[in-house]
Amino acid sequence: MSDEVPSFSKRGPAPLARLCFYVTLSLALIIVDTRFRALEYLRNGVFLITYPLQQLALAPASLYKSVSVYFSGLTRIQEENAQLKRAKLENEIQLLRVRQIEIENERLRKLLDMKILKKTSGQVARVLYAARDPFFRRLIVDKGQLDGISQGRAVIDYDGVVGQVTRVFQHASEITLITDKNHAIPVQVLRNGLRSVLFGLGNGQLELRLMPVNADIQNGDQLVTSGLDGVFPAGMPVARVARVDNDASYVFARIYCLPQAGIENFGELMILDPDAPVALPKELAGAKPVSPIDRSRRKRLVKE
Amino acid sequence: MSSTSPSSRILSPVRPGVILFSLLVMFLLNLMFAGARRWLPDWLALALIFWSIREPRYIGMGAAFIFGAIMDVAGASLMGQHVMAYVLASYAASAFSRRILRFSLKWQAIQVLPLLQIVPLVQFCIRLASGADFPGFDYFIGPFIGAVLWRPLAYILLWPQYQPVERDENRPI
Repeated sequence: MSDEVPSFSKRGPAPLARLCFYVTLSLALIIVDTRFRALEYLRNGVFLITYPLQQLALAPASLYKSVSVYFSGLTRIQEENAQLKRAKLENEIQLLRVRQIEIENERLRKLLDMKILKKTSGQVARVLYAARDPFFRRLIVDKGQLDGISQGRAVIDYDGVVGQVTRVFQHASEITLITDKNHAIPVQVLRNGLRSVLFGLGNGQLELRLMPVNADIQNGDQLVTSGLDGVFPAGMPVARVARVDNDASYVFARIYCLPQAGIENFGELMILDPDAPVALPKELAGAKPVSPIDRSRRKRLVKE
Repeated sequence: MSSTSPSSRILSPVRPGVILFSLLVMFLLNLMFAGARRWLPDWLALALIFWSIREPRYIGMGAAFIFGAIMDVAGASLMGQHVMAYVLASYAASAFSRRILRFSLKWQAIQVLPLLQIVPLVQFCIRLASGADFPGFDYFIGPFIGAVLWRPLAYILLWPQYQPVERDENRPI
């Protein structure tokens, strides 16, 4: 006679033991993801498996969109067409001028022996959905690794900078918006060329930090990218100053801005192709770049 | 396991396929209404808690772990954030399963509300530890709506079990 427990009373480990196991495992996941960013393969795998499901989830919305366009009536489309034609004509005239100025600029830059500005090009991508997580400002778009998208690309829409690509899957990629709390973008004030860094606040607003209280910044000032980061091409509109608090009790002024691009309500975006990296000056060319981990370690060392 | 159900009807046993299908549909619902409408309940958490209470032998922490990981990836969250929340909620749900099933559906909803509230609360704590701000109170409205929808949801999810195995016109019940 065997001493084996009959199978009907086998229930596996106790619930509390299982809970401890799963909680430890998820804690490990959280720590590995935040500290080391080592779970990209796992993420890619899970995304690939659930991709068909996601397509299924988004099918009703896209079907509704196409059906509503179909039934929206000929007159509206004709109207829109006329409007677009008018806009195109207006833009064409401006474009002619811009082209002429571009050629002139190129010639002048050549005369002055300066580097010729790169023309930007990119790919159009459709927003699949906005991430559900309220702690991040992120979008998922339908272009991925297979379309040649890579991490760190700048993303724009008709009106200005939207964000940058922070994670790439095979068929889709994740875009972190400029309003995300962890996003910073170097900008300059169009009116007077003042340079600073614009940080997202996570609530749809942006803050221009590190500006002295007496800095020349007014409500309604236009902020454009300065191009110092090597990610965003220079001169793209980013935000407009909405409120300036010049409280002398602080070292820096508090400057709140609103994004120029239609953040969080758009259908199509443009993912820009990367520029060739700008060559470093000779003195810096030999130096090794500092990785983010090294940087945080150095910070800790400084603190100690 | 639903022997303690207050319903006077004897339900046919659940089919695992139905559970899986309902969880997948809830996951799709989560994706469909993502983004701006933050006050919507987390449908997947709702279904996981429902099945953890109803069928703790089929759906428990293991399923919660897997679906949490899927939700983390699809929702572009921190890896492990949904996992932890779903696992804890599922554990609590199965621990209180016998107690909750003693009540009628109306009173169950009130019992379930704290379980539903675990999900955003745990995620909030994790994100707070990793340096996020308070997301606003609308983030915590979802569980209340989920509790209100508990009764219709129970009827929908148990509908396949209400079907008789063989239809017989002459049978009294």
